[in-house]
Amino acid sequence: MAYQLPTWMSLGPTLALAVTGLLLLVLDSITPDRTDRGLLAGTAALGSLVAVGLAGWYLLAGTGEEPIRLYQNSLVVDTMALFFAFVFASVTTLVVVASYDYMRDHSYQAEYYALVLLAATGMTLMAAANSLAVVFVSLELSSLPSFALVAILKRNRGSVEAGLKYFLIGALSSAIFVYGVSLVYGVTGSLLLPEIASSVGGTDLTGVLGIGVLMILGGFAYKTASVPFHFWAPEAYEGAPAPVSAFLSSASKAAGFAAAFRVFTVAFPVDQLVTGATAGVDWVLAAQVLAVVTMTLGNFAAATQDEVKRMLAYSSIGHAGYVLIGLAALTGGDDQLVLAGGMAHLLVYGFMNTGAFLFIALTEYWSVGRYFEDFNGLATQAPFACAVMTVLLFNLAGLPVGGGFMSKYFLFGAAVGAGFWWLAAVGAINSALSLYYYSRVVKAMWIEEPSGDFDIESKPAGLYAALVAAAVVTVLVLPGFGPVWQYATDAAAALVA
Amino acid sequence: MWIEALIAVTMASALVVFVAPNKVAAKLSFALSLLPLAGSLWMYSTYEASGNALLAGSELAFETQFRWVTAGPYGLNWHVGLDGISMPLVALTTVLTSLALLASWTPIDERQSQFYGLMLFLEASLLGVFSALDFFLWFVFWEMVLVPMYVLIGVWGGPRRKYAAIKMFVYTNIASLVMFIGFIALVFGLGDSVTTLDMPAIAQALRAGELGSLGPVGADALRTAAFVAMFAGFAVKVPVVPFHTWLPDAHVEAPTPVSIMLAGVLLKMGTYALLRFNFTMLPDVAQQNAQIIALFAVVSVIYGAMLALAQSDLKRIVAYSSVSSMGYVILGLVAYTLYGMGGATFQMVAHGLISGLMFMAVGVIYNTTHTRMVSDMSGLASKMPITVAVLVAGAFGYMGLPLMAGFAAELFIFLGSFGAFAGSVWFTAAAMFGIVVVAGYLLFAMQRTLFGTFEVETDYEVGPAAFHDVAPLVVLILLVILLGVDPNIFYTMIQDAVNPLVPAAGGGV
Repeated sequence: MAYQLPTWMSLGPTLALAVTGLLLLVLDSITPDRTDRGLLAGTAALGSLVAVGLAGWYLLAGTGEEPIRLYQNSLVVDTMALFFAFVFASVTTLVVVASYDYMRDHSYQAEYYALVLLAATGMTLMAAANSLAVVFVSLELSSLPSFALVAILKRNRGSVEAGLKYFLIGALSSAIFVYGVSLVYGVTGSLLLPEIASSVGGTDLTGVLGIGVLMILGGFAYKTASVPFHFWAPEAYEGAPAPVSAFLSSASKAAGFAAAFRVFTVAFPVDQLVTGATAGVDWVLAAQVLAVVTMTLGNFAAATQDEVKRMLAYSSIGHAGYVLIGLAALTGGDDQLVLAGGMAHLLVYGFMNTGAFLFIALTEYWSVGRYFEDFNGLATQAPFACAVMTVLLFNLAGLPVGGGFMSKYFLFGAAVGAGFWWLAAVGAINSALSLYYYSRVVKAMWIEEPSGDFDIESKPAGLYAALVAAAVVTVLVLPGFGPVWQYATDAAAALVA
Repeated sequence: MWIEALIAVTMASALVVFVAPNKVAAKLSFALSLLPLAGSLWMYSTYEASGNALLAGSELAFETQFRWVTAGPYGLNWHVGLDGISMPLVALTTVLTSLALLASWTPIDERQSQFYGLMLFLEASLLGVFSALDFFLWFVFWEMVLVPMYVLIGVWGGPRRKYAAIKMFVYTNIASLVMFIGFIALVFGLGDSVTTLDMPAIAQALRAGELGSLGPVGADALRTAAFVAMFAGFAVKVPVVPFHTWLPDAHVEAPTPVSIMLAGVLLKMGTYALLRFNFTMLPDVAQQNAQIIALFAVVSVIYGAMLALAQSDLKRIVAYSSVSSMGYVILGLVAYTLYGMGGATFQMVAHGLISGLMFMAVGVIYNTTHTRMVSDMSGLASKMPITVAVLVAGAFGYMGLPLMAGFAAELFIFLGSFGAFAGSVWFTAAAMFGIVVVAGYLLFAMQRTLFGTFEVETDYEVGPAAFHDVAPLVVLILLVILLGVDPNIFYTMIQDAVNPLVPAAGGGV
């Protein structure tokens, strides 16, 4: 017997994450002194797995094909919202599972898991937000827990400093963003994205609108760690506990892009603002400049780092530049493929980058050290983990050992198809450069003689499980890219078709 | 689904071996490698196909094709199949891998499970390269070969292994990108007439002259530019002088089994790709520039042989001689005659076997004496007679002695290229002179190392090699002789696939 779920159930993944986050706090307050670590981690993992399952189920069942609009259209659940909910929930699961070992000796266990889940809740809301007010609120909901997460190692100066820096820049960026929102509201008289779109075309206040749009773009640049609001990222990723770095550099970044994709395609349509009759606000040009500068700066900075974690941080800035092509190659015509390229890359990136940072978490767990030299000969001690890391790194570099190659290929191919061959060329050159610094890690692990005298005895099950899961998904996406691409194009179609 | 099964079994074996304990890895990997070997031999025995995989009207063996990813106007296909060019190379890959695994037992004494796992992973990638018929799929396998190779040389190689591994990686990876750009330019130039990266579809569209201009670049310029880009990309892999400098370094530093795979199969990727892409898709450009390409070929033959003559390290001698032998392949390809192209393909297999044999024999000598310098040893024949006998036989094969595989291959190439295009007489004659130099340096080296009174400057006891070291040598020499006595084992198959490419046979441009 077929029956219809109530429409609010379409927010299932979000609700699952939020309820789990609150439940963790309840569990902790029942017995604050001796809370079972396994219970907390298990609850968090279960909750995020439920969210993964719900998002996957909805995607398979086609729930988002006909967008479900909730709360006076301020939230919309379409294929794109579910697609990204799947990404966020998956990354959250990996991070939570890996944290079980990593956070072993730290205080604030329950708070840690609760913060992760609440941040993830905010991210799923960002992907579904259909009003600038909701975008702002959900942005804050995902950012505020992140500040605390970065600084959660409160006896570690690096962690606290990173948290503070992240918080200050976050506050500044939020202010810029919300000011931009207010300007747009002033010009258009609405906060709902579709309504903004219907009134931006006819406005005389192009200058005010333009400043507003640029400020909003700046807010997203902060969230996605794109130039010029990128400089918090290496510090925060380096200082934060590695699972948190994984979470921020994968999920949080993808959330920024999810919201940016929707805001810029729905509220500020290219064919009205950029190429239309009353064109005046060329935000696509700004996105192009951002994309080129971000990927080039990120990659060159990554190539000059001495520390592995910082290298990964800068390389994640480079990846933000690739995804920005999704916005920068919009033409107002058939934009579906470019957007889909960006989204597919975010999905693959969510797994491969999380995996890479989780490997760093593993090395931090083993106290291996931060520098490239400290990784020398690691493969003699932990060949399996190093093989997994090698797969992840070559994927990040775009070698065809997994989905990383596919998503980059489709992203650049779509850019060429849209006529932006030069964007694809810059991307391809950067991608080739990235092989240099990624293979430095591979070289250190496998080829260099062991310099440090490390002895790796413990094999933390949680970290290993999360690491392997991330790598397996990354590799499986290579043969299984068909459905990923299908959902990505459906998600993109929800925005531009 | 047999090709898929072949690749999947090899890949799964690689994983199993990778996580297996070091103690059992060697024997386990050899046992598992017998599966793809048996599979490829079975496929060979039931092989039924006709024509060239990339041309219309041909029937492929074990072909499967289905839509893999749909992406707007472009889609990716999973498309694999074998014709008379790829079937022998698939068989060569499985045979050489099993033998190379056997030859690893003595020299590989640390981190065995990783080594053997990577070797099997390499085999799986190579099988993919030779059977893929969709460009994208092919490129995936093509790049995948580099990863295990990089680690294999970098970890288990000689003293300068890091330098050699990175040089190999950088050279061949950049070459791949250059080739990729060249080929993709062709695809974009074809515009709407092809909607996939299916190699047969693209080859047929290109041969039918459907290439348009791409932006400001006209069709003719685009053809030439793409040909040059692809040629440069593949020439590094072959390697053709002057793109060969990575090869001696990689060979000398690589452990013996990796050298066997490198010379025996990896270099064939280059000539195989040249045949599939440059010479099949753009035959007119190849024919217009036959003299230039032949010049590259002849320079590789002579210069490689001269370099080999100047070496004092046995392994370097064999390494440079590969440059020379692969030059013959290019010469045969550019001839565009049935014998020339058939001989070139035959030479890929023959050289795979013979160079594998030579590297293996040098490896056995090194394992025993712990030196490879010609000046350090003499009179080895008295201490390790079987190894030396096989080495001498292999060297004769290299020189092109009749009734050996190398003779058949080189004879076909010379027959095919002689008079094939303007000036080819001179190019062929010059290349034939290469044989003399080859015979010179091989005989010279053998006379100094193998014969005379026994003397080796080493602290190690020199005696007959272990059974598992000698067995693969014997298998290889038997195969070399078998192919020399009865070239038709492969040659009819090869001819059938090459024939449609040859203009005189009505299949050309």
